[in-house]
Amino acid sequence: MAHTYSATPRPSTLGGGTMPSSRPFVHRRRRRTARLRRQLVAWTFALPVVGYLLVLYAYPLYRNLDLSIRNYTVESFVKGHAPFAGLQNYRTDFHDPTFAPALVHTLLFTFVSITFQFAIGLSLAVFFTRRFRLSATLRALFLVPWLLPLIVSASTWSWMLNSDSGVVNFVLHSVGIARINWLTSPSWALVSVIIANIWIGIPFNLVVMYSGLQAIPAEVYEAASLDGANGRQRFWRITFPLLRPVTAITLLLGLVYTLKVFDIIWIMTRGGPASSSTTFATWSYRLSFGNLLPEFGPGAAVANVLIIMTLGFSLVYFHIQRKARGA
Amino acid sequence: MKNVAHMGRRAGAFGAATALAVAGLVGCSSANDTAANSARSSSSVAPSGAADNASASPAAKGSASVAAAPATGGTFTISDPYPQFSAGSAWVNLLNSCGAGAGVKIKRTGYDTTALVSQTLLQAQQGTAPDVLILDNPVVSTLADAGVLADNGTTHIDTSAIEPNLLGAGKLDGKTYGIPIGANTLALYYNKKVLSAAGVDPSTIKDWASLNAALAKVKAAGKKGITFSGIGTEEGSFQFLPWFWGSGANLTDLASTQADAALQLWTGWIKNGYAPNAAIQDTQTTAWQEFATGDYAFAENGTWQLANADKAGFPYGIIPIPSQNGGVAPAPTGGEFVEVPVQKDVSRYATTEKIVACLTSADNAYNTDTTLSYIGATKAVQDKQAANSELSVWVQAVGAAKGRTSDNLGTNYPKISQQLWTAVQNALTGSKSPQAALKAAQSAASAATNGK
Repeated sequence: MAHTYSATPRPSTLGGGTMPSSRPFVHRRRRRTARLRRQLVAWTFALPVVGYLLVLYAYPLYRNLDLSIRNYTVESFVKGHAPFAGLQNYRTDFHDPTFAPALVHTLLFTFVSITFQFAIGLSLAVFFTRRFRLSATLRALFLVPWLLPLIVSASTWSWMLNSDSGVVNFVLHSVGIARINWLTSPSWALVSVIIANIWIGIPFNLVVMYSGLQAIPAEVYEAASLDGANGRQRFWRITFPLLRPVTAITLLLGLVYTLKVFDIIWIMTRGGPASSSTTFATWSYRLSFGNLLPEFGPGAAVANVLIIMTLGFSLVYFHIQRKARGA
Repeated sequence: MKNVAHMGRRAGAFGAATALAVAGLVGCSSANDTAANSARSSSSVAPSGAADNASASPAAKGSASVAAAPATGGTFTISDPYPQFSAGSAWVNLLNSCGAGAGVKIKRTGYDTTALVSQTLLQAQQGTAPDVLILDNPVVSTLADAGVLADNGTTHIDTSAIEPNLLGAGKLDGKTYGIPIGANTLALYYNKKVLSAAGVDPSTIKDWASLNAALAKVKAAGKKGITFSGIGTEEGSFQFLPWFWGSGANLTDLASTQADAALQLWTGWIKNGYAPNAAIQDTQTTAWQEFATGDYAFAENGTWQLANADKAGFPYGIIPIPSQNGGVAPAPTGGEFVEVPVQKDVSRYATTEKIVACLTSADNAYNTDTTLSYIGATKAVQDKQAANSELSVWVQAVGAAKGRTSDNLGTNYPKISQQLWTAVQNALTGSKSPQAALKAAQSAASAATNGK
């Protein structure tokens, strides 16, 4: 492949090299305008994307950055003369008693969620590759959490986990286990939102890993079974290594999605009780919109910290991917 | 930040809609000319054909700027937090008829309560604030302080008939902003069946001790005590304030012994099993749903649940929230103010004032307050409502009620309130003692308000 690729452009450069000496000057100019036109056409094609990126990505990002380095009050927000404040908003956030717990909650929420989502999603995917009766139906049923609007699933979870009338405590009680204050105890609230988030994230992992499994050719397994490999060996020696690219992208997407999860937590606990399930996403929202008096500056600063975290994880992913491709 | 983008889009759409509506109106404004001004504006578009919308639209860009200058006989915009009322409802019909009375057309948009504040801020930033804004009372001082609202001296709104305790929330630095459309507040609903089964006579509940005794009796009879909302948002502070104020505590000192007594009352209810543990996360809606199961004796809830109470399927009664040592506790006032946002074109205020006067006139206010299950803000309306025995307790409660931003707290209220609900959450979950929680809240609040 590499050989033919480098070979193709050669004739044209060769021709180009001979042309100027044998052809008149006009041709060169025509060629230049042709190139210019080609570039222009290329840019025209790129224009919608560039415009899209500028309007919907670059500008909001710039605005968020701008919000975070100015001292916005309700008054200056309206009149538009917010004084420059440098990193004051960031300093306010770092020194806020909510900062450290929110950071810990964000990391716990993200990594525990992803670990379980991925492990359960992969196990189910492997399970469903063995075709059996009703497997398609069952697989479709597993997609339900994904199809439900988040407001529905999160509200349902908060009903089920209600301390006094929830079905979960009812079941626990009937088998003789003491009632747990899932959403109203500071030590359980984070666990509860993580459980709900894992449930919601399983379908995504299942679908992606399942399609990854489908892409592994059956011959490899046949060859392995001829060599006498057992089920466990087949999984760890063939399935898992061959799934590596799919795994990497699933984990990265999961990471980015989970870091910024807001709706589930807000609906189930509002980040409470007493900020015991507050993550950066809910804290940012609370600062900017959750109080009677909005604090746009510190809110935007928290959001930017979140963006930097996401960016960091993406860079790690690209690094790993490049290393994998090089190897 | 998803929400910012979302609101930006809505603001854009709203702006475009307003521009279109204004332009469209200029096309047909010759129908309701009231001044030379509008005659001038309509004549400039007249050649394009007043009756034909399609042919008027090319002139839209030009005519919008013409329409912006002279005010009378145009479209006046109103934003309100009642998205539940659609076109054709009594509320919207009232808006339209008040507009017609002032000789203008009304373009009304309903928003969710919290969305309305951000929406108004964005509109004010872009100079497209509505002519009339129906605004939740604790936010009035914040928006007034930001320069979004015009004061009554400018708009000539007459508030002489309004009860002073209800007008308090609209006062800031000696000026009054807007006029309350009505008020709601909190009281205790009780389930007659549960109380009579437990042998409790509700008329004996006059102070905290008798309330606690009633709760103990109810629990002993195998029923549940009371539901309230202790959630970590403004709703939680709103529900806690009757007890906080009823103990004699003041929002300027969260760490007082009176405040401690109030918080101990609430934590005691949870600890003793009088209130469900879920109260820590309950909103007023979910707290009501628990009461509506019929298992609970009491519910601390608002006027707005009256319609639901009739549907609950059991006989109920209402008593005012008692203060610690007897008497009616001051509950916080809920409900909205009719506000006039600052306009570049000050000539619009004259018409706006007519619309506001119409909306808050005795008859209209009575009808509106009935629709919204509010108690009137004037003596006249309140007397009319007190004749209805079901509402008399509420009239009494509103009479004792107090604005959250009163006591000249103004824009400091939101900062104090945030610390108050945090303290309530910390104490109810048992992560701090009531006293420690309130002490921490007071030091955080005084830091946030620069020692006020």
